[in-house]
Amino acid sequence: MTLLMDTNVIASEPNAHGYAEFTLGEFHFRRDEYFVYVKWPTGSHVMSADAFLRAMQRDVAWNFFYGIVNFDGVVGTVNHYGTVDLFAGRYNDAYRKAEMDHVENFQSENIKATFERMLADWTNASFDPFASPEETGSAFGDKNGSNLAAVTRRRVASRRMVSCDDDEQLRTDATHPINRMFADVAQDSPLVEPEPGFESDVKAYNLFAYLSRSDVTWNPSVVSVCKDSLYCPTTEEYILPIIHGNDRVEWFVQLSDEIIWAVEDRDTGAARTRVVMKPGDVASMPANIRHQGYAPKRAMLLVWENADGALPELYATGKLPSHPVDF
Amino acid sequence: MTTYVTRFGSLNQYEKGGVEIIDDDPKRYTFSNIFDVAAHSRPYEKVAVGKNRQYVLEAIRAEGDSDWRRTAHDEFALVMDGEVEVVLHRLSPDEEPPEGTQGSIQLGHEPAGPRMGRVVARRGHMTLLPAHAAYRFRAEKPAVVLLQTIEGADTLYRWGEICQTH
Repeated sequence: MTLLMDTNVIASEPNAHGYAEFTLGEFHFRRDEYFVYVKWPTGSHVMSADAFLRAMQRDVAWNFFYGIVNFDGVVGTVNHYGTVDLFAGRYNDAYRKAEMDHVENFQSENIKATFERMLADWTNASFDPFASPEETGSAFGDKNGSNLAAVTRRRVASRRMVSCDDDEQLRTDATHPINRMFADVAQDSPLVEPEPGFESDVKAYNLFAYLSRSDVTWNPSVVSVCKDSLYCPTTEEYILPIIHGNDRVEWFVQLSDEIIWAVEDRDTGAARTRVVMKPGDVASMPANIRHQGYAPKRAMLLVWENADGALPELYATGKLPSHPVDF
Repeated sequence: MTTYVTRFGSLNQYEKGGVEIIDDDPKRYTFSNIFDVAAHSRPYEKVAVGKNRQYVLEAIRAEGDSDWRRTAHDEFALVMDGEVEVVLHRLSPDEEPPEGTQGSIQLGHEPAGPRMGRVVARRGHMTLLPAHAAYRFRAEKPAVVLLQTIEGADTLYRWGEICQTH
């Protein structure tokens, strides 16, 4: 593996379609009107530009998230929390057997700088990678402006609970109109009656109304914090643009509507289960799987994470079982 | 043009999904349903539906008055169905949980500290149960609360009863 120690982004002049090409270690990235092409010393790969940008948007915005962000079955990243692996075919049994897989490790800030530049350069004015397909324009064509406001959205991360003092605040019509698929979600507020002097500790808000106003999809955002226990609800529509490979157990609580999860072996991609979640359903996702969700209608999903930084090592070394409970 | 209907569950109307096995054990997915658990619980039993190391999600059937409980760390109560009143008092120094206590424990009497206030929460409303406070739930009709907390002495584990096993 190569460890790049500088933060220089290696980008070309615009190609015939107006897009810069990028080199990161021995990886090369190029896009044209419809597709993104990735090359490495032992192979190459092609992805639809819209799917690539949706995946890269999550990887950048989540700072490489927990564990593995598979852009698809071939290309992706592994977060080591300080460094990041960029891989091709590493978690694909066929590529491994053919010895076409390739992994390079980078300082997080280096790979992030390149990804941010790529995302900014390759996202046209008409396209919002965080929006559902019905709520954004085309990702395709020659370079046509940019959408920096969309691709540099601030990640919502409450420190205690949404609506608390000096914390994330409620969403309003002025900034977050109710989504078309959640027009029927009640917008009432809880009755909150603090005694004088206790205004900072007597707090409540309407989480479902808050979620109904989310302008993005498949983007878990922290709304409440109990030490390392994080509630990260998100609104889901169409397909999760990444296949998330776990480095710890995570949990899903279906708050509304329905999501279907395709669950595969994290390391080989072999199919393991299909999990259908309806309102009130709770399921754990073991530490050695990867999953991709399908939401026919915009749905509210509570992703529950344990942010304890020691967990990846404990699971990777087998000191913890990959599933949360024995019974 | 499609008219969208957002589907939530309730004690009286819920439909469980499930784990369709291809090559795995369903018990690894700890699949349950909050409303199903609450429908089969006694009032204010704290039944774990999620566990991630020491952290738990507890499904609570709120019905009538709960005991007064006390906590040394923040907890969060999300009402999934019905209406729940939460009354809060600041703990007096001698009411603080013993050092190292996780989750909430019974107070055993009316709180001696000053009243902090109250919240009336309905479906979708999240209430902060602040550290160093005593709280009591009240629900005129059966309601369901999902509690974000840490496992404590009163957390109940019924995985074999509530989870899909085959």
